[in-house]
Parts: sequence; C-alpha cells; structure tokens
Amino acid sequence: MAATHGDPLAFDDMEGFLRVAKYTLVKNTDMNSEMKEEAMDICITAVEKYQNDMEKCTQMIKEQMDKKFGSPWHVVVGKAFGYEITYEVRNILYIFVGGRTSVLLWKM
Amino acid sequence: MVSPGGKMREKKGTKTRKPKGEPELPQEYVPPPLPLPGDDFAMPVREVVKPDNQLQLSEAELNDEVAKMLTANNPTAPRNVARYNVKERAYKFEPMVEQTITHYAADGWLLHRGADEARRQIDMDKMEQEAASKHQSDADRSLDRRDDGDEAPDDSRQLRNQFNFSDRAAQTINYPLKDRETFTEPPPTRTIQGSCTQWGIYDEYIKDLERQRVEEQLKSKGGRAKTQERQGQKHQEEGGQRKPDNPMQNPLLGQAAHILDRMANQNMFEEIAMDFKYWEDASDAVRPKEGSLLPLWKFGSDKARRRQVTSLCWNPLYNDMFAVGYGSYDFLKQASGLVNIYSLKNPSHPEFAYSTESGVMCLHFHPGTLLLDQACCRGDLCTHCLRKSTPPLGMFGPHCKMDQAHCLWALWGTHCLWKSTLPLGIFGPHCLWTRRSAAGALWGTPPLRIFEPDYLWTRLTAHAASKERNVWSGYTAGPSITQLGCRPVQGPNAGCRNSGTIKQAFWVGTEEGSIHKCSKAYSSQYLSSYQAHSLAVYSVKWNCIHHKTFLSASADWLVKLWDANQPRKPILTFDFKDAVGDIAWAPYSATVFAAVTDDGKVHVYDLYEDKLMPMCAQKVVKKAKLTKIVFNPKWPIILVGDDKGVVTSLKLSPNLRKQPKIQPGQKETLEQLEWAKLDHVIDVACRSDPEAMKEQAAAAAKAS
Repeated sequence: MAATHGDPLAFDDMEGFLRVAKYTLVKNTDMNSEMKEEAMDICITAVEKYQNDMEKCTQMIKEQMDKKFGSPWHVVVGKAFGYEITYEVRNILYIFVGGRTSVLLWKM
Repeated sequence: MVSPGGKMREKKGTKTRKPKGEPELPQEYVPPPLPLPGDDFAMPVREVVKPDNQLQLSEAELNDEVAKMLTANNPTAPRNVARYNVKERAYKFEPMVEQTITHYAADGWLLHRGADEARRQIDMDKMEQEAASKHQSDADRSLDRRDDGDEAPDDSRQLRNQFNFSDRAAQTINYPLKDRETFTEPPPTRTIQGSCTQWGIYDEYIKDLERQRVEEQLKSKGGRAKTQERQGQKHQEEGGQRKPDNPMQNPLLGQAAHILDRMANQNMFEEIAMDFKYWEDASDAVRPKEGSLLPLWKFGSDKARRRQVTSLCWNPLYNDMFAVGYGSYDFLKQASGLVNIYSLKNPSHPEFAYSTESGVMCLHFHPGTLLLDQACCRGDLCTHCLRKSTPPLGMFGPHCKMDQAHCLWALWGTHCLWKSTLPLGIFGPHCLWTRRSAAGALWGTPPLRIFEPDYLWTRLTAHAASKERNVWSGYTAGPSITQLGCRPVQGPNAGCRNSGTIKQAFWVGTEEGSIHKCSKAYSSQYLSSYQAHSLAVYSVKWNCIHHKTFLSASADWLVKLWDANQPRKPILTFDFKDAVGDIAWAPYSATVFAAVTDDGKVHVYDLYEDKLMPMCAQKVVKKAKLTKIVFNPKWPIILVGDDKGVVTSLKLSPNLRKQPKIQPGQKETLEQLEWAKLDHVIDVACRSDPEAMKEQAAAAAKAS
C-alpha cells in the first residue's frame, strides 16, 4: 500500500535483494516453538554447511531430525520444486533460507 | 563258451550233413531254412551269436575235459592270516579263516507254529478278539437299555490312558487361548500442496519486509497514532469483509430466495393452482339447484396454531393478497395476537407477519395501498405499511386494561380523506368504539396523537358537514357493541336515493342481540332499534349491490335479512341449527350470501334460486368452529377461518355464482338486474306476510 512512491523495497538486481534477505523466513509451520527452533537450527546449519551438495544437506537434516524427534522425517531442499505431501499434524516446517533456498521438512 | 542250444544245433547239423560225405566245417554258419508260410509247427529259429573275442579252440582243446568242483572254501578268503600270539610270543597262522560271504540277507516275519513266539502271538490274538467281542456286546446291551430309557454303560474305564491321565479334581482351569486384535487411531494427518519457485520466495520476502516496515512505523509513531491506524485498518477490514461475509444480509439474496420460494410453491401446489383457475364442477349442469365448494389451499403456520382467526381481509389492490388476524374470542384467556399476510401464490409461508401485544380483533386495508389497519383486543389501533418491514406507522388508542368492554370489535375506514390529506401518514378517520364511559367516545386520529374524544367528535362532524361524503365515524351506545354494519358508499345508488339522515347513519350490533341504527351526527340516542336476536349479534353485513338490505348473524342459530326501513320484522329468517360465526354477501350478486357455523360447515344461499334451502352446505373442517368468511372481490373463491388458526380457501362451483345475462339491446346494467333480483325476492317474501305488506305500504305512503 505504501510501496508506490519512493519504494525502498525495489531492488536493482538479485544481489541487492539477497543482501537484504539474509534471514530465514518461516513460510508455514505448525510445530510448537521449541521444536521449531531446533528444527530451524538444524536446517540452517545443514544448508550453510553443504552449499553445493543438496544430497548431503538433506541427509544431514533427516538424520538429525530422526535422532532428535524420532523417525521418519522427510526433507526436501531446493530452489524450485512442487509438492503435495501428507504430514502428521504439528510436524511440518517450510522455510526459506537466505533468500534462495527453501527447505520443506515433515514427518509422516 | 557255447550256449547249450548252439551246441545242440551243431550236433544236429553234423548228423544231417555226414551222410553226404562233405567235409565238416563246424565254424561255418548255415542259416536254417526259412519256415514256410503257414507252417505253424515249424521249429523256432535259433541263431548262434558268438562274441567277437571268443577264443578259437581247436578240436582237441574242445574235447579236453575241464573239471569244475564246488568247494565250501572261499577262494578269495586269505589263507595266511598271521596274528601275534602273546602267550607264545610268536606270530602264528590262524588255523581257521572265515569262509562265509553273505551276499544278501533279509529278515522274515514267518514264525514256526511250534515255536514259543508263535504261541504267544496266538494267545494275544485270542485275548484281543475276546475283548472286542465283549465291548461290542456291552455297547449292544447299552443301546437296548437306552431304548428302554436306562443310562448308558460307563465305559470310561476302557478309555482311560493310564500314562497320561489325571483326575478331574486335580486339574486347574486352562482357558483356551484366543487372538484379539485392535487398531489404534492413526495420528492425525493433513495434506498440503504447493510449489516453490525463486519468484515465489522473492515475493514472500518482499511481503515480509513490507510487514516489518509497517510495524516499525507503528512503533515510531507512538501510541495514539497506532490506535488510530489500527482502527483505520480494522475499519478497512470490516469494510472489505462485510460484503462477502454476510451474504445473508444482502437484499438481493432475499429477493432471490423469495423467487425460489415461489417456484417451489408453484411446483408443489401446481394441481391446486390448476383447479383454482380451470376446474368447474361438471355436476352443476345436471343439478341446477345445488352447488359445491372445492377446497384449495390451506393457510396455517406454527405461530398461528391454537389461535382463533378473528379477522380476514382481502387486499383491494392485489387480489391474491389477504391478511389474517389471530386473537381470541375468549376474553378471559387473552394472549398475544398475530397478523399474517398471505399470498395465494405462496400458501406455505406468510409474506409478512406481525406479532401484537394483545389479540387482533379486526383488520382493514386502505384501498389502493399497502397500508393495513389493525385493531387489537385492548382497544389499540395501529397501521402498518407492508412495503417496509418497519414498526407500525402509527399506534393509538386508549391502551386500556384488557377487558371485554374496551375491545375494539370492528373497524371501518373511509379513505377519501386519507387520499386528500396524505402527508406523512395521516390515515383517514377510523371509527372505533370503546365503552370507556357511559357516554360514547369517538376516535379518529392523525398519527401518534390522541385527541380528546369530544374534540375529535366535533372535528369529524365538521368534516361530515362540509365536504365529506364517505367519511365514517364511530360511536358507542350503552350496551357492549359487537358489530358494526356500514353501508357501502360506492355504487350507483349510494347517496342519491337516500335522505341525508340515512347517509350519516350506521348500524350497530350488540351482545344483547339487538341492532341499533345510529347517526354520526349526534350520539345521544339511536335512530331506531331492531329487536333482532336473542343472543349476541356476531355480524352485520350490508348487501354489496342492494343498498337497502342487510343481514345479521347471531349465536342464536339464526340469520336474518332486513330491510333498513323496516326495523320491526326481518324479511327472511334462516335457521342454521348451530351458532353462526360470520356471514358475507357475494360481491358479484345481490342474492348470494355465505355463512359459516360452529359445526364447521359453510352454507351458501342464492335467494333467487331457493329461499328456504342452501345451495350448498358443506363441512370443510373437522373438529373446529368456523369464525370468519370473506369473498374474494375478483375470483370465485372464499376464505374461511376457524378457531384452530387455519384459513381454508374454497372455490365456488358455477351454480353458486350465477349472474343474469344481459340481453343485447337491454338497457339495464348488471347491477340494476341484480337489484331487481333481490327486489323480486323481497317482494315475494312480503306478499306471503300480510302485516309486512301493510307496513310497507304505509312506509311508501309516508315517504311519498
């Protein structure tokens, strides 16, 4: 509504956007707060650790989540994907990390 | 090694050949002559087959005898087994070497009869046979006994297994194992779907950044601005949400639902609608003096159940619309009242409904409008506009204590005044009676103001004196009034034929059974009194066409037809054999009227056809008293209300709505013909009564 004139949110290029969007944005979750914090920590660490290897990244997230909250957890990490999933209620987390990568984490 | 056959053959051969003197060639093989065909007794063919590696022996060798002996010694057994003899401390040959070789051995089951084993076996067989025969005989005996009704023999002794038997008393209960399965509830799950794209992520971040910025702004602006903005936001949200959130309040929906309701009703009541429009009773042509009523729709609602229909009124503008007032005639048990406005197009639900504090006694529509006057049991009078579902436009009246004395029984309005003094809902003068004081009181009101009775009275009389032709007024006189009869003012004969006194007169029915003719010009006395009935008068109705006659109905089972000029004696009297709740003149004929009685019957008379018997007396409701009847001004149907809150519509058969046919070239109008019809009836009735004749002659002389 206020972004019509002198819009500070208009970015010149993608890098400008990425500089602002460094934080993690929670798109969808119904976890309780403790679980959410922990799961987000795991996800962020894994994504930052394996920038170029999605497979290892997902493996790490899944293993840690399985260990901490009991299996079976499923993870999707990627820049673009479609999904239709069935999850156990109170066990989903969908976050955007660093403006580029999204992590979808659920238990079923 | 020559087979014995071969040898024989050889010998034979030599014997046969010898006489010929030919040199013997034993090695040469001569094939035997082929048997002649059919020679069954020919010798079988024998061939000598020598193996290739057979030794070729000379004659001498062949003749040499080789002796073969069978010995008991095993040729392969060692003959020189030496064993160390410890005693003699030397190796010694064994003197005896085992010579037996067993090539095959099989144990047999055969026993010698004379052997001990065989004897034992024979004994065992014998014992077994004995036991079996004994058991069989026992069983046979038990069968016989069972046939005789005795118990079975105890054979448990034989079935016991002595090695795996424990007494029943020593056993503990062992429950058999059973499988039992349950399913646990699976944890609740949910399914979501979506897609993740780079631009989607970008949009989400932008939205989030925007939200953050707004929050920061709010924080920086401080408390007051914050609340304002919030309110603004709230308003915006409300403004945005109200329309989609409350479609039920959308007026368009109401209209759509209304149309749908109509369509559903049309489908449900299609047959009745067709009957209403097109059905005519064919039997009327055969029986000219009888008619019938066809029940059409029934109008009732849950709210109206158990209440009495106290008023029925057709809307003069829309011929399919009518109002029903509910209340109670039992003045000791008064409850709230109800007004339902129905349309014939929708018999299932009322179009409008109003509840009132006290029971409704009378309803009246203003002609040409949708204004409905309603008089209540407590003496209140109010007006509703049906176009808007608003509270009543005006309400006035004494608001007295609930009392029969204050009951507003009848209502009559004339409406020229209403039209001329239109601004803001001044309704024309109504008249209503209350027995507030010994003297009469008269009410007529502009909205929301109550005039002093005297003042109003003069006001109305002033009206009457100056311009009014149609203004009606009210009046009370001593006894409690139940009915008000009013002469219809429209029509060719209204006003012109009658003298001024009659123009201002009105007729009042009372609970005591008498009918009074009063004038609105002054209230101190009646113009005349009719000793009509012995019980309460329930209805006084003027003929719609013939303005000299009216009918009165009463609880004393009688309906009387009166000439307004002859108060002493009725022209005709009809006995209905039950209390008459209401009567109504047909709008289309001067001689047709209908009456309803407490036994649930509707009686329709056509005086021109038959003065003594009804054309039709039909029971239309079960176990209910009929209280009200009204003719539709246009269609040949009547409405009948009962004391259970149900209104029934009935169609009149053709015999009940006969009208004179205007011949071509005839000068009289239809109304004049109708007038003549009733005049004829009255004439005949009077002629049968000489006293009335005289009276009439006197009256005529007086008038002239």
